[in-house]
Amino acid sequence: MKMKSLMLGVVSTLAFTSALHAERGSDGNVGIIYWQAPSILNPYLSGGTKDIESSSLVIEALGGYDPTGAMYARLAAEIPTVANGGISEDLTSITWKLKPGVLWSDGTPFTSADVVFTADYCIGEPGCYQEAKFEGVKSIDAVDDLTVKITFEKPMPNPYGPFVGSQTPILQKAQFQNCTGTKRQECTAENFGPIGTGAFVVTDFKPNDVIQMKANENYREAGKPRFATLVFKGGGDAAGAGRAVMETGEYDHAWNLQLAPEVIKQMAEGGKGKPVSGFSTAVERLEMNMTNPSADLDADTRSTRKAPHPFLTDIAVRKALSMAIDRVLLTEIGYGVAGRPTCNLVPGPDVYASDNTECLTQDIEGAKALLEGAGWVAGADGVRSKDGVRLSILYQTSTNAVRQDYQALIKEWWSQIGVETELRNLNASVFFGGDPGSPDTFQKFYADVEMYTNLFDGTDPQAYLSAYRCGNEPSPANNWAGENINRFCDPAYDALLDELASTSEINKRGEIGRKLNDMLTKDSYTIVPLTWRGRVSAISNTLGGFELNTWDSELWNAADWYRIK
Amino acid sequence: MTDASTHQLKTNPRSKWLDVWREFRNHKGAVAGAIIFFGIVLLVLVGPFLWPFEPNSIDIRNRNQGPSLLHPLGTDQLGRDTMARIMTGGRTSISVGLAAMLLSLSLGTAIGILSGYFKKLDGILMRFTDLFLSLPLLPLLLVMMLLFREPLSGTFGPEKGMFILIVVSIGVTSWMPTARIVRGDVLAIKEREFILAARSIGGTDAKIIFRHILPNVFSPIMVSATLGIANAIITESALSFLGLGFPPDFPTWGRLLNDAVEFIQLHPERVFWPGLAISLTVLSINYLGDGLRDALDPRIRGR
Amino acid sequence: MLKYLVRRLLISVPTLLIISIVIFLLLNLAPNDPMAQVPLTIPPEVKEKMREALGLGQPLYVQYAKWLVQFMWVEPQVYLDHVLGTTMSEGQQRIFSWQTRSPVMDIIVQRLPQTLWVVGMAYVVGVLIALPIGIYSAYKQYSVFDQVGTFVTMIGYSVPPFFSGVFVIILFSVQLGWFPSVYDTLHEVVDWETFKFQLRQMIMPVMVLALQVTAQISRFMRSSMLDNLNQDYVRTARAKGLSEWTVVAVHVVRNSMIPVVTVIALNLPSIFGGAIITEQVFKVNGIGQQLIIAIYANDLPTVQTITFMFAVLIVVFSLIADILYGILDRRIRYD
Repeated sequence: MKMKSLMLGVVSTLAFTSALHAERGSDGNVGIIYWQAPSILNPYLSGGTKDIESSSLVIEALGGYDPTGAMYARLAAEIPTVANGGISEDLTSITWKLKPGVLWSDGTPFTSADVVFTADYCIGEPGCYQEAKFEGVKSIDAVDDLTVKITFEKPMPNPYGPFVGSQTPILQKAQFQNCTGTKRQECTAENFGPIGTGAFVVTDFKPNDVIQMKANENYREAGKPRFATLVFKGGGDAAGAGRAVMETGEYDHAWNLQLAPEVIKQMAEGGKGKPVSGFSTAVERLEMNMTNPSADLDADTRSTRKAPHPFLTDIAVRKALSMAIDRVLLTEIGYGVAGRPTCNLVPGPDVYASDNTECLTQDIEGAKALLEGAGWVAGADGVRSKDGVRLSILYQTSTNAVRQDYQALIKEWWSQIGVETELRNLNASVFFGGDPGSPDTFQKFYADVEMYTNLFDGTDPQAYLSAYRCGNEPSPANNWAGENINRFCDPAYDALLDELASTSEINKRGEIGRKLNDMLTKDSYTIVPLTWRGRVSAISNTLGGFELNTWDSELWNAADWYRIK
Repeated sequence: MTDASTHQLKTNPRSKWLDVWREFRNHKGAVAGAIIFFGIVLLVLVGPFLWPFEPNSIDIRNRNQGPSLLHPLGTDQLGRDTMARIMTGGRTSISVGLAAMLLSLSLGTAIGILSGYFKKLDGILMRFTDLFLSLPLLPLLLVMMLLFREPLSGTFGPEKGMFILIVVSIGVTSWMPTARIVRGDVLAIKEREFILAARSIGGTDAKIIFRHILPNVFSPIMVSATLGIANAIITESALSFLGLGFPPDFPTWGRLLNDAVEFIQLHPERVFWPGLAISLTVLSINYLGDGLRDALDPRIRGR
Repeated sequence: MLKYLVRRLLISVPTLLIISIVIFLLLNLAPNDPMAQVPLTIPPEVKEKMREALGLGQPLYVQYAKWLVQFMWVEPQVYLDHVLGTTMSEGQQRIFSWQTRSPVMDIIVQRLPQTLWVVGMAYVVGVLIALPIGIYSAYKQYSVFDQVGTFVTMIGYSVPPFFSGVFVIILFSVQLGWFPSVYDTLHEVVDWETFKFQLRQMIMPVMVLALQVTAQISRFMRSSMLDNLNQDYVRTARAKGLSEWTVVAVHVVRNSMIPVVTVIALNLPSIFGGAIITEQVFKVNGIGQQLIIAIYANDLPTVQTITFMFAVLIVVFSLIADILYGILDRRIRYD
């Protein structure tokens, strides 16, 4: 009897302890595949999304954004607000309290010294890719081991730039202290294997290929991560990645499948995985050039404000071009469920989303009438003209199957209202590169209309809307490095921008934001939004705990993933 | 004593080219190849005029359809008729393929022969070839686009300008293997007795090259021609893939193939037709070339 | 022949120097911006600052001179350090990739084994298949073997790798499930089981690549053999009573090798940076993939270094091909 109970006791104790120990590392390996391969695991030395997301498995920030766009505390104890005293009344400083007891993966304690060090690492010479997040910061001080105070130069309505979101994670001071300034690039071992507080630790990194990771023994949450090892593979194309998850089951998660909707549906029938989609702020739009891109002008005048556009300066033309487009059809063909037709430049968060839905109905007759009324009369070849100016548009975008389909459809609709279109597609590296020597960059805008997608990080569109300030346009003077691509200029817009910068109440900010959005879209048709693009990723049917997050790194909760048995 | 020796020949002296034609005609593969090739050319030249559908006319209601009576080859994701696109695309692909191949063949043969025949030119021409072989293709094409697209557009119009630019880009970057191979053959042939004989009777370099050397390096040239056309068509598709080719509404075979790869499991026929078109063109030119080579080779003729 | 060899080796030094300058100028003339792939959310001023940090502000000749010194002087020292255990290269700046901020040569060395395994093997397989096909096709011209061989090789050449690679994956990985669709670059071969897995994951990329190679080589082999089979010396040899095998395999093949040697010699350097599309489709971490990623990201130091190494191989293999001509056909004289 005694023996039996003893055995029972031993067995149950063993079971109990093994259940506890079975938690961390009990689910074996998890495989992630991104069709862009990470080149470096230090987001301060690279702006690429793949690098930011892959490093987010290892190094973390003080706070992040969850799938609904709300902020949550990661390494901080809580998110500082004015209400809880974390942000000073005059909005010039924010104080972060760190979670106690957090350890780096090498066992040393995580302290405020690391936070201050990371800020110094980025700010100053020679600069870092995420500098814009630290804009306006006057000083960062370690008040004590677990408290950091950031002071700004002027009142900041949105002080959550530094250290919120995967773009600005905390680096370990002890590891990186000899890697500052010009020595940064030479610390290859550190850049390829940063010591972090995250759920995983890097064991091997082959740049532009694969990262091998294992569970962090010193992770702050017991029993997590459930996976003992992680393989992050990069390279190839979206179709191969989708196939590897949904059809062959070789990987558990594929990021950002930019494929035709029917192709994704067909892959999902493979039965091994499913697509998941979510929306953030990415909008595919047509940009109208307010200046003249004609090749007859000299290099100093072409596509600058010195030469207004011959016909796109007429609002009737811009509005007609927008009215002729059937956004619902475009989105259905190009993106399926991963897209929503939109008329807004800023589609979310909800407080900034204007209720602007008039443009969603295509109105070819209305467009024709508008053009007739404005004096644009069709000639013998069907193309409208007025005072010798023909409505002939050069419409450019990057090389991408969906974009080329959009171009074909839009060209067809525009020809129905009497506008002639020449299509051009350019190599993405050239189009998006800022090489001042190339005529094909989107900044130079040597075309009448161009199409691409832009978005903003986080949930506040202030910096995004500020791009369209007068004087912020690309031109020979600033080497074509400006953000006001349309060369839009409206003093009323600039005045509203200034007002936004000094407003902190969220509803007021929303109201101003919506007004700014409308000024660019439905009031002036300078920007013609087409599709609110979501992101489609694929996960294996046996991967549990995955929640698609389009506001932060997609791997934000990798610590919570587990294998569904 | 017979009068045979003093008999006049009743028949006309045989013309060389008639002989070549007769030999060619007897070569079944070559005839088949010729028929297929000229058939394809006829189809792409005349077909678009007879076919009811335009290659770019969008018909959303009928998108993604398989083969049917109305659309024998189906439609693509925007409802454009595949048959029309293949025929119109064929014009561009075949003309680019032929033109680029001829350009690269001429350049390669010229440099190969000069290099193999004239020892003094060999060193510099071959180093020049090495240089071109080492140049990375993509940046080279980008530079050519950058420098020449607008001037050519301005002079010849956007479409012709692009055509010239693409043909020259492909031609200028694919002559090197032909040059090396021809040079190799020329080096070997140059030392043969009949060349020595030709020289000793006072043949000029030009005559020797054109009458003796060129016909004998015909084989590798023909192989290069066949491989060259396939290469040119595929390179043109790679160019459009990189955004350096024709505008997106120009449906070339390579582009059609490229666009269809994504849909290979859903609509395999979209991959099949452009692939078949390219393969048939290459195969038919190959057999044509085989026949031509056999017909022109004096050792085979008349056997 | 020796004089020729020495002369060629001497000439190759200025040739390579000129080639490296042309490549450098080409890369800088082409529209390029290492910030092209950086998201639009990063403001232009920050991008400009980052460009300065990469050294783009310096004049071209300075950038070129730096690269040259690093490639010719520093990198060999690093190699010697590695082999001999010395510390000659301590503190000297190496060629850094703009994407990874790590030495370019380290990445090349890291990828070399994979490249040789997959791409190298494909060339060997391709050549081994192509030669017999070409020879037999010519010997039995217009036979069924010839027709089928022609048909298959021509289809193989007309079908581009971005299609054949995907087709093969769909057939063998998705439908049949025989082979993995993603190449596991972390896989280490330590025993028979792991070796079998390595073979399984190599078969598809090797097949696709070999198809391209086979087509070219077999066509040239066949046409060259046809040229020679009709020559008088073949009739003489047969009349002399030599066995068919000796006539064909020993005499005719040897005399037909010149174009084939050219094609093989021209293609061998492509192992180092030519199988770009196949490596992308199968996600093999070869040097071709490194090159194309670097070109898209405008990572000029990487592109310059790999392209220059490719040029060195071209020059070396050109020389080897020329020497082989002299050996194969004694009539060819260079002096």
